[in-house]
Amino acid sequence: MDVERLKRLLLPLVVFLSLVAIWALAARYGGWSESAFPGPRAAAVGMWELITNGTLLRHSVASLFRVTAGYYLAVLIGLPLGMVLGWWKMGQVMFNSLIQFLRPISPLAWIPLAMLWFGIGDKPAIFLIFLSSFFPLLVSTITAVSRINPLFFQVAANFNFSRYETISKIIFPAILPSVLPALRISLGIAWLVVVAAEMIAVKSGLGYLILDSRNALRMDYVLDAMIAIGLIGICLDRIIRLLNRIKSVSWGSV
Amino acid sequence: MGHVIIKDLCKEFVERRSQARIANSDALSHKGETIQVLDHIDLEFKNGELVCILGPSGCGKTTLVRIIAGFDDSTSGTVFIDGEKVSGPSSDHIFVFQHNGLLPWMTVWDNVGLGLRHAGQPEEKEQLVQEYIDAVNLTGFEHHYPHELSGGMQRRAELARALVVNPEVLFMDEPFAGLDFLTRLKMREEVINMHQLFRKTVIFITHDIDEALVMADRVILFTDRPAQVKADHMLEFPHPRDFQCDMELENLRRDVYSALGVHYAL
Repeated sequence: MDVERLKRLLLPLVVFLSLVAIWALAARYGGWSESAFPGPRAAAVGMWELITNGTLLRHSVASLFRVTAGYYLAVLIGLPLGMVLGWWKMGQVMFNSLIQFLRPISPLAWIPLAMLWFGIGDKPAIFLIFLSSFFPLLVSTITAVSRINPLFFQVAANFNFSRYETISKIIFPAILPSVLPALRISLGIAWLVVVAAEMIAVKSGLGYLILDSRNALRMDYVLDAMIAIGLIGICLDRIIRLLNRIKSVSWGSV
Repeated sequence: MGHVIIKDLCKEFVERRSQARIANSDALSHKGETIQVLDHIDLEFKNGELVCILGPSGCGKTTLVRIIAGFDDSTSGTVFIDGEKVSGPSSDHIFVFQHNGLLPWMTVWDNVGLGLRHAGQPEEKEQLVQEYIDAVNLTGFEHHYPHELSGGMQRRAELARALVVNPEVLFMDEPFAGLDFLTRLKMREEVINMHQLFRKTVIFITHDIDEALVMADRVILFTDRPAQVKADHMLEFPHPRDFQCDMELENLRRDVYSALGVHYAL
Protein backbone atom coordinates (compact mmCIF):
# COMPACT_ATOMS: atom_id res chain seq x y z
CA MET A 1 0.00 0.00 0.00
CA ASP A 2 2.70 2.49 1.00
CA VAL A 3 4.69 1.74 -2.13
CA GLU A 4 1.56 2.55 -4.12
CA ARG A 5 1.17 5.91 -2.41
CA LEU A 6 4.84 6.70 -2.87
CA LYS A 7 4.49 5.97 -6.57
CA ARG A 8 1.49 8.25 -6.82
CA LEU A 9 3.52 11.06 -5.28
CA LEU A 10 6.80 10.40 -7.03
CA LEU A 11 5.72 9.68 -10.59
CA PRO A 12 4.17 13.09 -11.28
CA LEU A 13 7.25 14.68 -9.69
CA VAL A 14 9.52 12.71 -12.02
CA VAL A 15 7.48 13.84 -15.04
CA PHE A 16 7.60 17.42 -13.80
CA LEU A 17 11.37 17.34 -13.20
CA SER A 18 11.99 15.82 -16.63
CA LEU A 19 10.02 18.64 -18.18
CA VAL A 20 12.16 21.20 -16.32
CA ALA A 21 15.29 19.36 -17.53
CA ILE A 22 14.08 19.44 -21.15
CA TRP A 23 13.30 23.12 -20.70
CA ALA A 24 16.83 23.77 -19.37
CA LEU A 25 18.43 21.82 -22.23
CA ALA A 26 16.27 23.53 -24.86
CA ALA A 27 17.09 26.95 -23.45
CA ARG A 28 20.81 26.27 -23.35
CA TYR A 29 21.29 24.41 -26.65
CA GLY A 30 18.31 25.69 -28.62
CA GLY A 31 20.22 28.55 -30.14
CA TRP A 32 18.07 31.30 -28.64
CA SER A 33 19.67 34.04 -26.64
CA GLU A 34 19.24 34.04 -22.86
CA SER A 35 16.86 37.00 -23.09
CA ALA A 36 14.65 35.38 -25.75
CA PHE A 37 14.29 32.01 -24.04
CA PRO A 38 15.35 32.04 -20.40
CA GLY A 39 16.11 28.74 -18.73
CA PRO A 40 14.63 27.50 -15.45
CA ARG A 41 17.36 29.16 -13.41
CA ALA A 42 16.71 32.62 -14.89
CA ALA A 43 12.95 32.09 -14.49
CA ALA A 44 13.44 31.11 -10.84
CA VAL A 45 15.50 34.21 -10.16
CA GLY A 46 12.86 36.34 -11.86
CA MET A 47 10.14 34.61 -9.88
CA TRP A 48 11.96 35.37 -6.64
CA GLU A 49 12.14 39.06 -7.62
CA LEU A 50 8.46 39.16 -8.52
CA ILE A 51 7.49 37.49 -5.25
CA THR A 52 9.69 39.56 -2.97
CA ASN A 53 8.76 42.93 -4.43
CA GLY A 54 5.07 42.01 -4.27
CA THR A 55 4.40 42.42 -8.00
CA LEU A 56 3.19 38.87 -8.50
CA LEU A 57 0.81 39.01 -5.56
CA ARG A 58 -0.62 42.35 -6.68
CA HIS A 59 -1.26 41.14 -10.23
CA SER A 60 -2.65 37.78 -9.12
CA VAL A 61 -5.08 39.48 -6.76
CA ALA A 62 -6.18 41.82 -9.54
CA SER A 63 -6.83 38.90 -11.90
CA LEU A 64 -8.59 36.87 -9.25
CA PHE A 65 -10.79 39.81 -8.38
CA ARG A 66 -11.93 40.19 -11.99
CA VAL A 67 -12.52 36.48 -12.42
CA THR A 68 -14.48 36.32 -9.19
CA ALA A 69 -16.65 39.30 -10.08
CA GLY A 70 -17.36 38.19 -13.65
CA TYR A 71 -17.86 34.57 -12.71
CA TYR A 72 -20.22 35.32 -9.82
CA LEU A 73 -22.25 37.57 -12.11
CA ALA A 74 -22.48 34.76 -14.62
CA VAL A 75 -23.53 32.25 -11.96
CA LEU A 76 -26.04 34.63 -10.37
CA ILE A 77 -27.69 35.43 -13.70
CA GLY A 78 -27.03 32.24 -15.66
CA LEU A 79 -28.33 29.70 -13.15
CA PRO A 80 -31.72 31.30 -12.40
CA LEU A 81 -32.24 32.19 -16.05
CA GLY A 82 -31.35 28.65 -17.08
CA MET A 83 -33.77 27.25 -14.52
CA VAL A 84 -36.57 29.48 -15.80
CA LEU A 85 -35.89 28.68 -19.45
CA GLY A 86 -35.50 24.99 -18.73
CA TRP A 87 -38.90 24.90 -17.11
CA TRP A 88 -40.72 27.33 -19.38
CA LYS A 89 -40.91 25.48 -22.69
CA MET A 90 -42.29 28.47 -24.61
CA GLY A 91 -39.37 30.60 -23.43
CA GLN A 92 -37.01 27.94 -24.65
CA VAL A 93 -38.59 28.07 -28.08
CA MET A 94 -38.35 31.85 -28.06
CA PHE A 95 -34.79 32.24 -26.86
CA ASN A 96 -33.02 29.08 -27.94
CA SER A 97 -31.90 30.33 -31.36
CA LEU A 98 -30.71 33.63 -29.87
CA ILE A 99 -28.63 31.78 -27.28
CA GLN A 100 -27.21 29.41 -29.86
CA PHE A 101 -26.37 32.42 -32.04
CA LEU A 102 -24.56 34.35 -29.31
CA ARG A 103 -22.80 31.36 -27.79
CA PRO A 104 -20.17 30.69 -30.48
CA ILE A 105 -19.05 34.34 -30.58
CA SER A 106 -15.75 34.39 -28.73
CA PRO A 107 -15.73 36.74 -25.74
CA LEU A 108 -12.61 38.27 -27.27
CA ALA A 109 -14.68 39.47 -30.23
CA TRP A 110 -16.53 41.68 -27.77
CA ILE A 111 -13.35 43.54 -26.77
CA PRO A 112 -13.89 46.63 -28.95
CA LEU A 113 -17.51 47.02 -27.87
CA ALA A 114 -16.69 46.27 -24.25
CA MET A 115 -14.09 49.03 -24.22
CA LEU A 116 -16.45 51.50 -25.87
CA TRP A 117 -19.28 50.70 -23.50
CA PHE A 118 -17.41 50.33 -20.24
CA GLY A 119 -14.31 52.43 -20.84
CA ILE A 120 -10.94 51.64 -19.34
CA GLY A 121 -10.48 49.66 -16.13
CA ASP A 122 -11.98 46.59 -14.49
CA LYS A 123 -15.42 46.83 -16.04
CA PRO A 124 -14.72 45.68 -19.61
CA ALA A 125 -12.59 42.79 -18.32
CA ILE A 126 -15.30 41.71 -15.92
CA PHE A 127 -17.84 41.93 -18.73
CA LEU A 128 -15.73 39.67 -20.96
CA ILE A 129 -15.32 37.10 -18.18
CA PHE A 130 -19.03 37.26 -17.53
CA LEU A 131 -19.73 36.53 -21.21
CA SER A 132 -17.26 33.67 -21.31
CA SER A 133 -18.80 31.74 -18.43
CA PHE A 134 -22.40 32.87 -18.82
CA PHE A 135 -23.29 30.91 -21.95
CA PRO A 136 -21.83 27.53 -20.98
CA LEU A 137 -23.59 27.82 -17.62
CA LEU A 138 -26.88 28.91 -19.14
CA VAL A 139 -26.95 26.15 -21.74
CA SER A 140 -26.03 23.38 -19.35
CA THR A 141 -28.58 24.58 -16.78
CA ILE A 142 -31.33 24.59 -19.39
CA THR A 143 -30.36 21.08 -20.49
CA ALA A 144 -30.18 19.88 -16.90
CA VAL A 145 -33.64 21.21 -16.05
CA SER A 146 -35.26 19.72 -19.12
CA ARG A 147 -33.71 16.36 -18.28
CA ILE A 148 -35.13 16.15 -14.76
CA ASN A 149 -37.07 12.92 -14.33
CA PRO A 150 -40.77 13.92 -14.70
CA LEU A 151 -41.54 11.55 -11.84
CA PHE A 152 -40.09 14.08 -9.40
CA PHE A 153 -42.59 16.71 -10.55
CA GLN A 154 -45.39 14.22 -10.01
CA VAL A 155 -44.13 13.58 -6.50
CA ALA A 156 -44.09 17.35 -5.99
CA ALA A 157 -47.68 17.66 -7.24
CA ASN A 158 -48.75 14.73 -5.09
CA PHE A 159 -47.40 16.37 -1.94
CA ASN A 160 -48.90 19.77 -2.81
CA PHE A 161 -45.59 21.55 -3.40
CA SER A 162 -45.88 25.26 -4.01
CA ARG A 163 -44.11 26.79 -6.97
CA TYR A 164 -41.31 28.02 -4.73
CA GLU A 165 -40.93 24.58 -3.14
CA THR A 166 -40.81 22.96 -6.55
CA ILE A 167 -37.90 25.20 -7.45
CA SER A 168 -35.99 24.94 -4.19
CA LYS A 169 -36.68 21.30 -3.35
CA ILE A 170 -36.95 19.66 -6.77
CA ILE A 171 -35.40 21.66 -9.61
CA PHE A 172 -32.39 23.07 -7.83
CA PRO A 173 -31.15 19.88 -6.14
CA ALA A 174 -32.01 17.81 -9.21
CA ILE A 175 -29.80 19.82 -11.54
CA LEU A 176 -26.84 20.17 -9.16
CA PRO A 177 -25.01 16.98 -10.23
CA SER A 178 -24.97 18.12 -13.85
CA VAL A 179 -24.47 21.81 -13.12
CA LEU A 180 -21.37 21.28 -10.96
CA PRO A 181 -19.21 20.09 -13.90
CA ALA A 182 -20.48 23.11 -15.86
CA LEU A 183 -19.45 25.38 -12.98
CA ARG A 184 -16.02 23.81 -13.09
CA ILE A 185 -15.61 24.13 -16.84
CA SER A 186 -16.83 27.71 -16.97
CA LEU A 187 -14.49 28.73 -14.15
CA GLY A 188 -11.67 27.29 -16.24
CA ILE A 189 -12.83 29.28 -19.25
CA ALA A 190 -13.09 32.44 -17.14
CA TRP A 191 -9.50 31.99 -16.00
CA LEU A 192 -8.43 31.53 -19.63
CA VAL A 193 -10.23 34.65 -20.76
CA VAL A 194 -9.05 36.93 -17.95
CA VAL A 195 -5.48 36.80 -19.24
CA ALA A 196 -6.58 37.87 -22.70
CA ALA A 197 -8.91 40.51 -21.31
CA GLU A 198 -6.11 42.01 -19.25
CA MET A 199 -3.95 42.54 -22.28
CA ILE A 200 -6.28 45.40 -23.14
CA ALA A 201 -7.56 48.33 -21.21
CA VAL A 202 -6.07 47.59 -17.79
CA LYS A 203 -2.82 48.20 -15.97
CA SER A 204 -2.86 45.23 -13.64
CA GLY A 205 -3.41 41.49 -13.62
CA LEU A 206 -1.37 38.55 -14.82
CA GLY A 207 -2.30 39.24 -18.46
CA TYR A 208 -1.00 42.77 -18.09
CA LEU A 209 2.15 41.44 -16.42
CA ILE A 210 2.81 39.27 -19.48
CA LEU A 211 2.22 42.12 -21.89
CA ASP A 212 4.24 44.59 -19.85
CA SER A 213 7.17 42.19 -19.43
CA ARG A 214 7.18 41.50 -23.13
CA ASN A 215 7.40 45.24 -23.81
CA ALA A 216 10.31 45.41 -21.37
CA LEU A 217 11.84 42.33 -23.06
CA ARG A 218 11.79 40.42 -19.76
CA MET A 219 10.94 36.96 -21.06
CA ASP A 220 11.76 35.48 -17.67
CA TYR A 221 8.86 37.47 -16.18
CA VAL A 222 6.63 36.31 -19.04
CA LEU A 223 7.40 32.70 -18.15
CA ASP A 224 6.88 33.42 -14.46
CA ALA A 225 3.47 34.92 -15.12
CA MET A 226 2.55 31.84 -17.17
CA ILE A 227 3.65 29.59 -14.32
CA ALA A 228 1.58 31.61 -11.87
CA ILE A 229 -1.47 31.37 -14.16
CA GLY A 230 -1.09 27.59 -14.31
CA LEU A 231 -0.68 27.22 -10.56
CA ILE A 232 -3.65 29.44 -9.71
CA GLY A 233 -5.69 27.54 -12.32
CA ILE A 234 -4.96 24.26 -10.54
CA CYS A 235 -5.97 25.79 -7.21
CA LEU A 236 -9.27 27.13 -8.58
CA ASP A 237 -10.08 23.74 -10.04
CA ARG A 238 -9.28 22.01 -6.74
CA ILE A 239 -11.50 24.42 -4.84
CA ILE A 240 -14.51 23.98 -7.10
CA ARG A 241 -14.07 20.21 -7.06
CA LEU A 242 -14.64 20.28 -3.32
CA LEU A 243 -18.29 20.99 -4.13
CA ASN A 244 -18.59 17.45 -5.49
CA ARG A 245 -18.12 16.13 -1.98
CA ILE A 246 -21.46 17.50 -0.79
CA LYS A 247 -23.49 14.49 0.27
CA SER A 248 -26.79 15.47 -1.30
CA VAL A 249 -25.08 15.77 -4.70
CA SER A 250 -23.32 12.42 -4.70
CA TRP A 251 -26.44 10.58 -5.93
CA GLY A 252 -25.76 11.96 -9.39
CA SER A 253 -22.63 9.88 -9.81
CA VAL A 254 -24.29 6.60 -8.90
CA MET B 1 -62.70 7.62 4.44
CA GLY B 2 -61.55 6.45 1.08
CA HIS B 3 -64.60 5.74 -0.96
CA VAL B 4 -63.90 5.81 -4.69
CA ILE B 5 -66.56 5.95 -7.37
CA ILE B 6 -65.63 5.76 -11.04
CA LYS B 7 -68.45 6.69 -13.37
CA ASP B 8 -68.51 5.86 -17.06
CA LEU B 9 -64.83 6.65 -17.50
CA CYS B 10 -63.35 6.77 -21.02
CA LYS B 11 -59.89 7.71 -22.15
CA GLU B 12 -58.68 8.18 -25.68
CA PHE B 13 -55.18 8.95 -26.78
CA VAL B 14 -54.44 10.69 -30.03
CA GLU B 15 -52.24 8.63 -32.29
CA ARG B 16 -49.59 11.24 -32.94
CA ARG B 17 -47.39 9.23 -35.18
CA SER B 18 -49.90 9.03 -38.02
CA GLN B 19 -50.60 12.75 -38.05
CA ALA B 20 -48.72 15.48 -36.26
CA ARG B 21 -50.84 17.57 -33.96
CA ILE B 22 -51.06 21.20 -34.98
CA ALA B 23 -50.03 23.64 -32.31
CA ASN B 24 -52.91 25.37 -30.49
CA SER B 25 -55.40 22.67 -31.41
CA ASP B 26 -56.63 20.62 -28.50
CA ALA B 27 -57.03 16.88 -28.49
CA LEU B 28 -60.75 17.03 -29.21
CA SER B 29 -60.54 18.97 -32.43
CA HIS B 30 -57.65 16.91 -33.67
CA LYS B 31 -58.45 14.97 -36.80
CA GLY B 32 -55.89 12.19 -36.32
CA GLU B 33 -56.82 8.72 -35.24
CA THR B 34 -57.49 8.08 -31.59
CA ILE B 35 -56.79 5.01 -29.57
CA GLN B 36 -59.36 4.16 -27.01
CA VAL B 37 -57.67 2.97 -23.84
CA LEU B 38 -60.47 2.91 -21.31
CA ASP B 39 -63.93 1.90 -22.42
CA HIS B 40 -66.74 3.04 -20.12
CA ILE B 41 -65.36 1.89 -16.81
CA ASP B 42 -67.79 1.85 -13.89
CA LEU B 43 -66.37 0.83 -10.55
CA GLU B 44 -66.82 1.52 -6.89
CA PHE B 45 -64.20 0.84 -4.24
CA LYS B 46 -65.31 0.63 -0.66
CA ASN B 47 -63.51 2.38 2.13
CA GLY B 48 -60.53 0.36 3.33
CA GLU B 49 -60.58 -2.10 0.47
CA LEU B 50 -57.33 -3.47 -0.92
CA VAL B 51 -58.10 -3.77 -4.61
CA CYS B 52 -55.72 -5.41 -7.06
CA ILE B 53 -56.09 -4.56 -10.70
CA LEU B 54 -54.93 -7.25 -13.10
CA GLY B 55 -54.81 -7.11 -16.84
CA PRO B 56 -52.70 -7.77 -19.87
CA SER B 57 -49.68 -5.59 -20.40
CA GLY B 58 -50.56 -2.24 -21.97
CA CYS B 59 -54.30 -2.56 -21.35
CA GLY B 60 -54.63 0.75 -19.53
CA LYS B 61 -54.29 -0.17 -15.86
CA THR B 62 -51.78 2.57 -15.21
CA THR B 63 -53.83 5.09 -17.20
CA LEU B 64 -56.90 4.33 -15.10
CA VAL B 65 -55.07 4.72 -11.83
CA ARG B 66 -53.34 7.90 -12.96
CA ILE B 67 -56.74 9.37 -13.78
CA ILE B 68 -58.15 8.35 -10.40
CA ALA B 69 -55.13 9.93 -8.72
CA GLY B 70 -55.61 13.14 -10.69
CA PHE B 71 -52.40 12.97 -12.73
CA ASP B 72 -54.21 12.59 -16.06
CA ASP B 73 -57.51 13.84 -17.40
CA SER B 74 -60.18 11.51 -18.65
CA THR B 75 -61.79 11.97 -22.04
CA SER B 76 -65.20 11.54 -20.49
CA GLY B 77 -66.64 10.35 -17.21
CA THR B 78 -65.79 11.34 -13.66
CA VAL B 79 -64.08 10.04 -10.57
CA PHE B 80 -65.28 10.86 -7.10
CA ILE B 81 -63.28 10.28 -3.96
CA ASP B 82 -65.42 10.64 -0.85
CA GLY B 83 -68.04 12.46 -2.84
CA GLU B 84 -65.63 14.99 -4.27
CA LYS B 85 -64.75 15.13 -7.92
CA VAL B 86 -61.06 14.51 -8.57
CA SER B 87 -59.51 17.44 -10.40
CA GLY B 88 -55.81 17.08 -9.66
CA PRO B 89 -53.21 15.40 -7.47
CA SER B 90 -53.56 15.90 -3.75
CA SER B 91 -51.86 14.67 -0.62
CA ASP B 92 -55.13 12.95 0.33
CA HIS B 93 -54.37 10.29 -2.22
CA ILE B 94 -50.76 9.34 -2.58
CA PHE B 95 -49.23 7.54 -5.52
CA VAL B 96 -46.45 5.03 -4.98
CA PHE B 97 -44.64 4.92 -8.28
CA GLN B 98 -43.59 2.06 -10.51
CA HIS B 99 -40.01 3.22 -10.37
CA ASN B 100 -38.34 4.75 -7.43
CA GLY B 101 -40.07 7.98 -6.56
CA LEU B 102 -37.91 8.87 -3.57
CA LEU B 103 -36.11 12.16 -4.07
CA PRO B 104 -32.47 11.06 -4.38
CA TRP B 105 -31.05 14.27 -2.89
CA MET B 106 -32.89 13.82 0.39
CA THR B 107 -32.24 11.37 3.18
CA VAL B 108 -34.83 8.78 4.14
CA TRP B 109 -35.84 11.06 7.00
CA ASP B 110 -36.42 14.08 4.74
CA ASN B 111 -38.24 11.98 2.17
CA VAL B 112 -40.61 10.52 4.72
CA GLY B 113 -41.20 13.99 6.14
CA LEU B 114 -42.13 15.46 2.73
CA GLY B 115 -45.86 15.35 3.30
CA LEU B 116 -45.59 16.87 6.77
CA ARG B 117 -43.89 20.10 5.73
CA HIS B 118 -46.67 22.31 6.98
CA ALA B 119 -48.21 20.10 9.62
CA GLY B 120 -48.13 20.56 13.35
CA GLN B 121 -45.36 21.13 15.86
CA PRO B 122 -41.77 20.12 15.04
CA GLU B 123 -41.64 17.60 17.91
CA GLU B 124 -44.92 16.07 16.85
CA LYS B 125 -43.70 15.84 13.28
CA GLU B 126 -40.43 14.24 14.30
CA GLN B 127 -42.25 11.66 16.35
CA LEU B 128 -44.57 10.83 13.48
CA VAL B 129 -41.75 10.46 10.96
CA GLN B 130 -39.83 8.22 13.34
CA GLU B 131 -42.92 6.15 14.01
CA TYR B 132 -43.46 5.39 10.33
CA ILE B 133 -39.78 4.77 9.65
CA ASP B 134 -39.87 2.26 12.50
CA ALA B 135 -43.08 0.78 11.11
CA VAL B 136 -41.37 -0.12 7.82
CA ASN B 137 -38.27 -1.45 9.63
CA LEU B 138 -35.91 1.25 8.48
CA THR B 139 -34.79 2.26 11.96
CA GLY B 140 -31.13 3.19 11.79
CA PHE B 141 -31.31 4.22 8.14
CA GLU B 142 -32.91 7.63 8.73
CA HIS B 143 -29.90 9.53 7.47
CA HIS B 144 -29.08 7.35 4.51
CA TYR B 145 -29.68 8.54 0.98
CA PRO B 146 -31.91 6.44 -1.28
CA HIS B 147 -29.01 5.20 -3.42
CA GLU B 148 -27.41 3.78 -0.29
CA LEU B 149 -30.42 1.51 0.30
CA SER B 150 -31.43 -1.75 -1.33
CA GLY B 151 -34.42 -1.86 -3.68
CA GLY B 152 -36.71 -3.30 -1.03
CA MET B 153 -35.68 -0.69 1.52
CA GLN B 154 -36.36 2.06 -1.00
CA ARG B 155 -39.90 0.78 -1.55
CA ARG B 156 -40.45 0.56 2.18
CA ALA B 157 -39.27 4.15 2.62
CA GLU B 158 -41.65 5.22 -0.10
CA LEU B 159 -44.44 3.34 1.60
CA ALA B 160 -43.66 5.16 4.85
CA ARG B 161 -43.64 8.49 3.03
CA ALA B 162 -47.06 7.72 1.59
CA LEU B 163 -48.59 6.49 4.85
CA VAL B 164 -47.29 9.26 7.08
CA VAL B 165 -49.63 11.85 5.55
CA ASN B 166 -52.58 9.62 6.45
CA PRO B 167 -54.00 9.54 2.91
CA GLU B 168 -57.54 8.40 2.15
CA VAL B 169 -56.41 6.35 -0.81
CA LEU B 170 -53.08 4.81 -1.68
CA PHE B 171 -52.22 4.03 -5.28
CA MET B 172 -49.51 1.53 -6.02
CA ASP B 173 -48.46 1.02 -9.61
CA GLU B 174 -46.47 -2.20 -9.73
CA PRO B 175 -44.51 -1.07 -6.70
CA PHE B 176 -42.53 -4.31 -6.51
CA ALA B 177 -41.37 -4.34 -10.11
CA GLY B 178 -37.66 -4.91 -10.26
CA LEU B 179 -37.37 -6.48 -6.83
CA ASP B 180 -36.00 -9.97 -6.46
CA PHE B 181 -38.38 -12.83 -5.69
CA LEU B 182 -37.71 -13.07 -1.96
CA THR B 183 -37.93 -9.33 -1.43
CA ARG B 184 -41.21 -9.32 -3.31
CA LEU B 185 -42.61 -11.96 -0.99
CA LYS B 186 -41.55 -9.94 2.03
CA MET B 187 -42.97 -6.73 0.59
CA ARG B 188 -46.32 -8.45 0.00
CA GLU B 189 -46.38 -9.39 3.66
CA GLU B 190 -45.56 -5.84 4.66
CA VAL B 191 -48.27 -4.31 2.51
CA ILE B 192 -50.82 -6.80 3.88
CA ASN B 193 -49.76 -5.99 7.44
CA MET B 194 -49.82 -2.26 6.74
CA HIS B 195 -53.25 -2.58 5.27
CA GLN B 196 -54.59 -4.50 8.24
CA LEU B 197 -53.04 -1.94 10.55
CA PHE B 198 -54.13 1.28 8.82
CA ARG B 199 -57.18 0.14 6.81
CA LYS B 200 -56.66 2.53 3.93
CA THR B 201 -58.19 2.06 0.54
CA VAL B 202 -55.35 0.67 -1.56
CA ILE B 203 -55.51 0.41 -5.33
CA PHE B 204 -52.74 -1.88 -6.40
CA ILE B 205 -51.73 -2.53 -9.99
CA THR B 206 -49.86 -5.70 -10.72
CA HIS B 207 -49.45 -8.21 -13.47
CA ASP B 208 -48.50 -10.92 -11.00
CA ILE B 209 -51.63 -13.02 -10.54
CA ASP B 210 -50.40 -14.82 -7.44
CA GLU B 211 -49.44 -11.54 -5.87
CA ALA B 212 -52.93 -10.18 -6.44
CA LEU B 213 -54.59 -13.29 -5.05
CA VAL B 214 -52.39 -13.39 -1.96
CA MET B 215 -52.89 -9.75 -1.08
CA ALA B 216 -56.20 -8.43 -2.27
CA ASP B 217 -59.66 -8.13 -0.75
CA ARG B 218 -60.87 -7.78 -4.27
CA VAL B 219 -59.35 -8.56 -7.66
CA ILE B 220 -60.49 -6.77 -10.79
CA LEU B 221 -59.58 -8.19 -14.19
CA PHE B 222 -59.35 -5.98 -17.23
CA THR B 223 -59.66 -7.00 -20.84
CA ASP B 224 -57.09 -6.06 -23.42
CA ARG B 225 -57.26 -2.52 -24.82
CA PRO B 226 -59.74 -0.84 -24.80
CA ALA B 227 -59.94 -1.92 -21.19
CA GLN B 228 -63.24 -3.03 -19.79
CA VAL B 229 -63.92 -4.77 -16.52
CA LYS B 230 -63.84 -8.46 -17.33
CA ALA B 231 -64.26 -9.94 -13.89
CA ASP B 232 -64.59 -8.70 -10.35
CA HIS B 233 -63.83 -11.16 -7.58
CA MET B 234 -64.23 -10.61 -3.88
CA LEU B 235 -61.68 -12.57 -1.87
CA GLU B 236 -62.86 -13.31 1.61
CA PHE B 237 -60.02 -15.66 2.47
CA PRO B 238 -58.10 -15.14 5.70
CA HIS B 239 -54.41 -14.21 5.63
CA PRO B 240 -51.93 -15.82 5.23
CA ARG B 241 -53.27 -17.48 2.13
CA ASP B 242 -52.02 -20.74 0.72
CA PHE B 243 -53.05 -22.02 -2.68
CA GLN B 244 -52.18 -25.58 -1.76
CA CYS B 245 -54.47 -25.75 1.27
CA ASP B 246 -57.42 -23.75 0.07
CA MET B 247 -59.18 -25.43 -2.85
CA GLU B 248 -61.52 -22.52 -3.38
CA LEU B 249 -58.60 -20.13 -3.74
CA GLU B 250 -56.82 -22.55 -6.03
CA ASN B 251 -59.91 -22.75 -8.26
CA LEU B 252 -60.13 -18.98 -8.39
CA ARG B 253 -56.47 -18.86 -9.32
CA ARG B 254 -57.12 -21.22 -12.22
CA ASP B 255 -60.05 -19.09 -13.32
CA VAL B 256 -57.99 -15.94 -13.31
CA TYR B 257 -55.15 -17.56 -15.22
CA SER B 258 -57.49 -18.80 -17.92
CA ALA B 259 -59.35 -15.50 -18.01
CA LEU B 260 -56.06 -13.81 -18.83
CA GLY B 261 -55.37 -16.44 -21.46
CA VAL B 262 -52.45 -18.21 -19.83
CA HIS B 263 -54.07 -21.42 -18.62
CA TYR B 264 -51.06 -23.35 -19.90
CA ALA B 265 -48.88 -21.65 -17.28
CA LEU B 266 -50.50 -23.66 -14.49
